[in-house]
Amino acid sequence: MFEPVLLKNINTPESYKIDTYIKNGGYEALKKALEMNPDSIIQTVKDSGLRGRGGAGFPTGLKWSFITKDPTIAKYLCCNADEGEPGTFKDRAIIEYDPHELIEGMAIACYAIGAANSYIYIRGEFALGAQRLEDAISEANAKGYLGKNILGSKFSLNMYVHRGAGAYICGEETALLESIEGRRALPRIKPPFPAQVGLFGKPTVINNVETLACVPHIINNGAAWFAAIGPAKSPGPKIYGISGNVNKPGLYELPMGTPLREIIYDHAGGMRAGKTLKAVIPGGVSAPMLIEPDLDIPMDFESLAAKGSMLGSGAIVVIDDSYCIVKAALRTHEFFHHESCGKCTPCREGLDWLVKVLRRVEGGEGEQGDIDLILKLCVDIFGRTFCPLGDGAVMALRGAINHFRNEFEYHVTHKRCMVGGR
Amino acid sequence: MLSENSVKEISELTSKYATKRSAIMPALSVVQREHGYVTEEGMRDVARILGVRPVLVFEVATFYTMYNKKPVGKYHIQVCTNIACSLLGAEHLMDFLSRRLGIKTKETTSDKKFTLSAVECLGSCGTAPMMQINDNYYENLTESKVEEILNGLR
Ligand code: FES
Repeated sequence: MFEPVLLKNINTPESYKIDTYIKNGGYEALKKALEMNPDSIIQTVKDSGLRGRGGAGFPTGLKWSFITKDPTIAKYLCCNADEGEPGTFKDRAIIEYDPHELIEGMAIACYAIGAANSYIYIRGEFALGAQRLEDAISEANAKGYLGKNILGSKFSLNMYVHRGAGAYICGEETALLESIEGRRALPRIKPPFPAQVGLFGKPTVINNVETLACVPHIINNGAAWFAAIGPAKSPGPKIYGISGNVNKPGLYELPMGTPLREIIYDHAGGMRAGKTLKAVIPGGVSAPMLIEPDLDIPMDFESLAAKGSMLGSGAIVVIDDSYCIVKAALRTHEFFHHESCGKCTPCREGLDWLVKVLRRVEGGEGEQGDIDLILKLCVDIFGRTFCPLGDGAVMALRGAINHFRNEFEYHVTHKRCMVGGR
Repeated sequence: MLSENSVKEISELTSKYATKRSAIMPALSVVQREHGYVTEEGMRDVARILGVRPVLVFEVATFYTMYNKKPVGKYHIQVCTNIACSLLGAEHLMDFLSRRLGIKTKETTSDKKFTLSAVECLGSCGTAPMMQINDNYYENLTESKVEEILNGLR
């Protein structure tokens, strides 16, 4: 049995209070880190093999090492807590129930890269989470884990909460920076990457909540401990969020690389009585769907990429045979269409066109050739958008048509749905 | 005109950031808290307090969906209709609420008590279906649970 690491405290009463956190060994890692030199912290994180848990899977230690060591240049750390990918609800658990785990991870990261100011960009809807973070930051300030000369060292750090206001695109790192700067969240062109020109034009690291929450545990238990969990190329504990048509939806912290079948059937209680599994979205709605024969796949970055899908945020959405795939495709596509920031034409106009065609197909008004039109539009959009939002939308849609073209055809020919007989 | 407290709160926000412009988003939240939505006057106030051109405030206010551009009811009911919630009956819940309140999506009851909205994923997918009323999340919803919640708000 794998013992949870990241979520180990969340069921403790008042788990979000600093006293509870300290009683459970909290802030020991920060003490330890402040006695190390920043470079050796970065090396430890590199050696651990930690990869970003927000979706892209970029090696965290490497990201930190891109930041200039010049002490005269101000640097920033931004925590990406703009959890908005449908299916994803893992970071909210850490924020609401173990905010100090995140704060401690951020403090260590800031010390490692030499940042004196840091922001937690939290999605606006998470009112409780934002409040818990504000409270936790004040507690940490009062106890000397944040603020001036932390624990008597030369290291000082301010931490602030910046609340979003309902825009999925803020999860894209450069859009997030624009948003903190008080602008519309339109992604920036890269390069320059945030490590060179980031927040307020200064070198900036942006990490996901779950990524930063791993950091105190790596410092406490060592790089080798972390690297030994799960597959060599993407090691560590991983929080899988499972939702949809399973008996026990929820969060399950397991070693990276746990097979999808095991997550669905052993942990999440399998399918509801009398229902069979039709499709699984393995990593948030941008990730192309998988079907039953794919279920033995280990849930890690490499294995899913090799299957033409992606681990993304590790958010698993299970769809059973009572739900129409065309509707699932439409519903997720409507999301991307709604959230497109409008900066680039292929995404703004392309997703709009796609949503119109999908709506008529779903609604029984589709015309012969509509499915090929959808696929053609996908080709025209893919790889031509300014940021990954458009690509994500297209990949998800292609995945659905790939596996379930017959359901789409049925909608067009019979003017109704195969499932439920509408 | 914003209350004295709000003006003070907005000017203090700037200490968190390297530029005053960065305080536009939290300042708009202050306006919304006071007026229930972001009024044009409130946006002009923000611009004046922060010393930025009003257009910079307007462009932010119109981009982000959580800033209400018109008044909403005392209770803003936002039902997630995204995939995980939809798989567990979000549409059904939406219909139920709509019948129960006698309004369609995006409408407000005539007594100004309830506004009903359909929204995208709220990060509560494991406890679907769900809705948010003002700042609170209500999860694992059923018709009877919704009924109970509405009665509690009367
Ligand atoms: S899909 Fe409804 S909260 Fe995520």
